[in-house]
Order: sequence, then C-alpha cells, then structure tokens
Amino acid sequence: MSAAAPGRLIDQFETGLDAPICLTWELTYACNLACVHCLSSSGRRDPRELSTEECKAVIDELQAMQVFYVNIGGGEPTVRADFWELVDYATAHQVGVKFSTNGSRITPEIARRLAASDYVDVQISIDGATAEVNDRIRGPGSFDTALRAMRNLADAGFQGFKISVVVTRENVSQLDDFKAIADAFDAQLRITRLRPSGRGADVWQDLHPTAGQQRDLYEWLLAHGEEVLTGDSFFHLAAYGESLPGLNLCGAGRVVCLVDPIGDVYACPFAIHNAFLAGNVRLPGGFTRVWRESELFTELRSPQTGGACMSCQFFDSCRGGCMAAKFFTGLPLDGPDPECVLGHGESALAVRGDEPAPKPSVDHSRRKPPQRACDEDPLSDLRRANP
Amino acid sequence: MAIDLQRPWTLNDQVALRPEPFGALAYHFGTRRLSFLKSRKLLAVVRALAAQPTGRDACLAAGVSEAELPAYSQALSTLAQTGMIMERSAT
Repeated sequence: MSAAAPGRLIDQFETGLDAPICLTWELTYACNLACVHCLSSSGRRDPRELSTEECKAVIDELQAMQVFYVNIGGGEPTVRADFWELVDYATAHQVGVKFSTNGSRITPEIARRLAASDYVDVQISIDGATAEVNDRIRGPGSFDTALRAMRNLADAGFQGFKISVVVTRENVSQLDDFKAIADAFDAQLRITRLRPSGRGADVWQDLHPTAGQQRDLYEWLLAHGEEVLTGDSFFHLAAYGESLPGLNLCGAGRVVCLVDPIGDVYACPFAIHNAFLAGNVRLPGGFTRVWRESELFTELRSPQTGGACMSCQFFDSCRGGCMAAKFFTGLPLDGPDPECVLGHGESALAVRGDEPAPKPSVDHSRRKPPQRACDEDPLSDLRRANP
Repeated sequence: MAIDLQRPWTLNDQVALRPEPFGALAYHFGTRRLSFLKSRKLLAVVRALAAQPTGRDACLAAGVSEAELPAYSQALSTLAQTGMIMERSAT
C-alpha cells in the first residue's frame, strides 16, 4: 500500500491518534499466582476497583472511539465475578477482547464457549517451556495449569490462541521449544521483553537476558519474523543492524495506554507510576478526555529529544528504546535503554551511582500469609523448625 | 498477485474501518489482523466498493486517476490477500 502513502506511517503515529489502536485494561489486581516479575505487582484486589457499571461505561466510550479491541489483563482477570459478563458486553458493542490468563479458569466448558466467538481471543502465559523453568517464575503447578488450559482450548477447536512468554535469561534458550508447544496446540507464540516494572524491578538484574543472549534472540527473531508475535517490544534490538517486523516505535500515549483496575490511565502497561499517570476514567470526560487532552499524553506526542542517543547511527530504528525500562532502572528518559545493544545502557548504569531507582507507585503484592492460625506466638516459627 | 479490477468487490463484513488523518485503520475481527489504509483516497475507494459494479468503478468514483490506478490496484490486492476485501458474487 506504500504507493498511496504520503510520508511514513510511523511519523503519523508519533504525533498520536484520536483513539488508541489497542488498549490494555487490567481489570483487577487480584491474582491467584504471585509471579516474581509481575509488571503490575498484583496479588490483592483493590477495594476501589471499577464496578460492573463503571466498566460498561468505559466499554461504551471505547465503542464510540472505535477502539477495535482491548487487551484485558490483571491480575488474573477471570477471577472477577463479572468477567464473562464484561467480555460479552464488549463484544456486543463492537469492541473485541483479547484477554491474558494463567489458564486456571479455562475449563473445557469455558474453552468451548470461547472457541465459538470470533470476537474473543485468549492469551495463556507461560515463562518456561518446562515446568522446572516456568514454575520458578510463576509458582508451583502453574505450568501444568497453563498446559491444561491450552489442551482444553485446542480440544474445543480454538485455533490460533496466543501463548505469551516473557523472555528471560532462564528461558531464552527454550525459544524453539516454546514454538513447538505453540505448533502442537495450533496456537501462536507471542514473546515479549522483560521490563523492570512492578515486581519485575526486583528480579530484572538477575533475569534480563545477557548481551550474548540478546544477540541470539535477535537472530532468532530475524529467522522467525512474522510467525511470532512480539508486541513490537524488541525494537531496541534493531541497533544490531536490521529492523524487526512491526512498528519500531514506543507507542506509549501515542497508540497504546493502560487503564488500571481503579480507572487510572497510564501511558503504557509497563509504567504504573505517578510520573506516567495521565488521569482517571471516573473523572468528567472519562477515558476519552484523558486520551485526547491529558497534559502527559500531549507531551509524549510532541517531538522527543533523543539526548545522547541522537548522534547514534541507529537512533532512527531504536529511538532510545523503552521508556519504562529506563525509568525503573533510574536512567534518564532521553538517554540509552539499559539493554542498549551497543552497551551504552550498561555504561550509563555503571556511572549512575547508588541513587535508588524509582519504585512503582502502587503495590498489590500479597503479604506473606500467616504460617499458622495463631501466628502471633513469637515461637511459632521455632516450633515449626523443631517439630 | 494483482486483483481483477473488472470484477465486483466489497469490504468483508467482519472488517471495521476507522478513519484517521493519514487514511484509516482496518481491523479484521476474524483474523484479528490490523491493516493500514495509507491515504484518505484509498479509504474512499474501499468504502465505494460495495456500491460500484467493479473495483475499477469504485476507484474512479473515489477520484483515482487513470495514472494512479496501478498503485491502487496494488493496494487493493494487498487488502484482498489478507481478506479485508473480497470478491462480491454478482447479483
């Protein structure tokens, strides 16, 4: 279609659209798992969560803005009692749904129901191609739960559901195995980048791919191109030489954003911090006004300064990388990405000093459960250790 | 492969169009695929398809010149390959 194109599409996206192309909506912070890298620090439900009616009002807005689909996540979105009601409401209002789940509620019956709809897509998360690697990140039993959900979907005839993997130091060697799992279930593999967001900040240092692994990942992506979805999240790897398929652009506040369970609107799903909070859907004007008029989004759509990266020959393809990755590792937003493939990020981190990096503004991680009913007894731990 | 502009075409009814300053976004709910129409004129062509007897008529009705036809034929072929538009059975 390029023959009919005035200028580059990416320039149009840089200045933003009247409505997001897609939107991430975390419906709840409640989750039955406690993944070590959870980007939204989920666990406990927030009592201020949007009600069913408030959620429907947001969907009405999305329909009016012609947002084609929402990526629903959490937390574990299916734990909301009104989850299926909201999915049905969205699809009845021309808003398609893709939801991310750990699979715990994808029973054979639910799978059949999902397979029957053209407007609902499902994304099952795993972070290892074996239980051993996966369960270290996502918790005991989570691999088997996810695989059971995949089998239920495949048995129900749901073709092309997504299998979502966050690439880490521990699973980057399993990319072919993930692909084989996806192929076996007639599903599509989606791999995305580990960000130091939420609880991810606590493990990023140990889990983000090494420089050598990033190179392997890049080669793997070049070899598999369009067969694998990436959410365009690896555009910082373009500085190895070739651009990867997809939009090589940070879409935060320009083509994507995040609505959190209490209606706060952030620039992107990986940026749950007051610095990236644009407004709340409960305020007058709702989501539409936040998207179109918020100061933060207006600023994100104005020409960005690339700082030190401007002189880099790869700036046009990498554009300084991921805003959230820089922010939560304490790097300046107009400098290199912490995983800059030319090594500029590592140097920046090395000279950054001991100033602590910003922490997420909200944390719904579950507190450690009491070990016994009468945990107040200061000797309870001792007794357990010496039965 | 180029499509046959002498035949009748239509937008797939599973596809939604959203006008944008650069042209339009097209989303296919069946394949969950997003495509970009990179000009307003192409959007006008796509919208004209269902009411015009042939693809060529739709182009001309939307203001596409003879000289531009090959480029628009190419753009429509891309849309046909991804199922965004489809051949309409003659009524």
